[in-house]
Amino acid sequence: MGRHNFRYFFHEGVSNMFSHGFMSFAAVGVTVACLLIMGTFSLVAVNANQQLRDMERDNEILAYVDESYTTQQARMLQSKIEAQPNVASATFITKEEATKNFQEKYTDESAFQDLDPEIFRDRFAVKTVDIRLTGETKAAVEKVEGIAEVTAYEEFSNGLITVRNIATVVCVTLIVILLVVSVFIMSNTIKLTTFDRREEIAIMRMVGATNGFIRWPFVYEGFMLGVTGAVAAFLLQWTLYEAVARGVESSDTLQLINVMSFGELWLPVAATFLVAGILVGVGGSLSAIRRFLQV
Amino acid sequence: MIRLKDVEMEYDNGTQAIRGITLTIEDGEFIFLVGPSGAGKSTIIKLLTGEVEPTRGRVMINGFSVSNITDRQLPLMRRTVGVIFQDFRLIEKKTVYDNLAFVMRAVGMGEKELRKRIPYVLKLVGLDEKASHFPTELSGGEQQRVAIARALVNNPTTIIADEPTGNLDPDRSLELMRLLVKINTLGTTVVVVTHEKDLVDRFEKRVITIDGGRIINDSVGRYVGGHIHGKA
Repeated sequence: MGRHNFRYFFHEGVSNMFSHGFMSFAAVGVTVACLLIMGTFSLVAVNANQQLRDMERDNEILAYVDESYTTQQARMLQSKIEAQPNVASATFITKEEATKNFQEKYTDESAFQDLDPEIFRDRFAVKTVDIRLTGETKAAVEKVEGIAEVTAYEEFSNGLITVRNIATVVCVTLIVILLVVSVFIMSNTIKLTTFDRREEIAIMRMVGATNGFIRWPFVYEGFMLGVTGAVAAFLLQWTLYEAVARGVESSDTLQLINVMSFGELWLPVAATFLVAGILVGVGGSLSAIRRFLQV
Repeated sequence: MIRLKDVEMEYDNGTQAIRGITLTIEDGEFIFLVGPSGAGKSTIIKLLTGEVEPTRGRVMINGFSVSNITDRQLPLMRRTVGVIFQDFRLIEKKTVYDNLAFVMRAVGMGEKELRKRIPYVLKLVGLDEKASHFPTELSGGEQQRVAIARALVNNPTTIIADEPTGNLDPDRSLELMRLLVKINTLGTTVVVVTHEKDLVDRFEKRVITIDGGRIINDSVGRYVGGHIHGKA
């Protein structure tokens, strides 16, 4: 493609866009809506995933040692616990350390400051490799001789896993549906342009224009509609995300959720939107023009 | 050169449009293709422009075999043929200059070539003053001359004119036919499909008469009452 042709194709693409202003606006609008819904679900999934990773990092199973064991006997259990499947590490905590930790947690409660360490038990703080196997790990550690009781926040981790799985399934389904819808609408928009220019296309074919030459202005039009939709969707997504993040941070009940900053996410979001926008635009235009190039 | 050998053409709906036509048109000839409606003239044009392929026989035009032409060859073949339509088929939203420019761009010509070739062709058809006008601002005769200029601009070896005078008054028709003869004298093969007896009679050219999908006369002469009285 020569420099002159590039300028011609670009000019034709832009004038096509403006000569069907309303339909172009509709195509960009649909692309924005699709990308925004797709992006929002993806960002929820990404945040749920990140939250889960943080949980994995911080999540501990507490394994309490039988009270009949001395501290020295209890310490010997460490290697047995670490030998269990899905156990990343086991840290021994004596009764005294447990008392101290408890008191530090409740410094405002004077009643807790004179507690006798004997009311606490020696324990192991167990970290897991995969949070999804918390239940199995808990059961395995419980079976270790000398362990009296094991506590784990299974419900919380299971809840997070469920959120992530649902978000992923919904996200993938929506992405597929929305992409098909976007391509369809984009294709119809460009079909109108093509229909309006069918005489021109017929003349071009009659004088010996190649299919590639006829196709390019429509490809440019689709490309520009896709890019415009992607840029608009990105800016809206950014605004929406920041607003939701601020809302979560300032909420008393949602404070536990650690929302990732948009600074960490903007590049993949921008790249995904741009690629999806271009695919929708160019795919739609190629599908629209195909019918007119058959003879 | 155009050569049709034992060509038959049957459309999908069963209409037998061409029945065993054999015909040769040498380079630089001027031909009138005449015949009543439904005789098969339009099908011959479609065969020559590669819009349809013959059911049987062979169609050769300017070195290309239309009978088994590939998708890649088809645009190249069409670049050797300029087509003029009865209804002009100009793009109304483009100026005269742009109507010509876009067909040159379509075959990959650069802006420099456009600036050189378009004024030359417009001058040839007598429209050099109208380059910046839109088709709707021109008379029927002028619009047809733009169509001729567009057919000529890519320097084809053959011009096919399908009822080019159908929408013009007798004076404009005669003027247009003289222009086509002038183009022919510059070396371009010209095939004119027409119903207009008076025009055919005025020019002592080869006249091919078609009826019922067959050639019923091929001679140099006049077109009288649907039959040629010629010198063949």
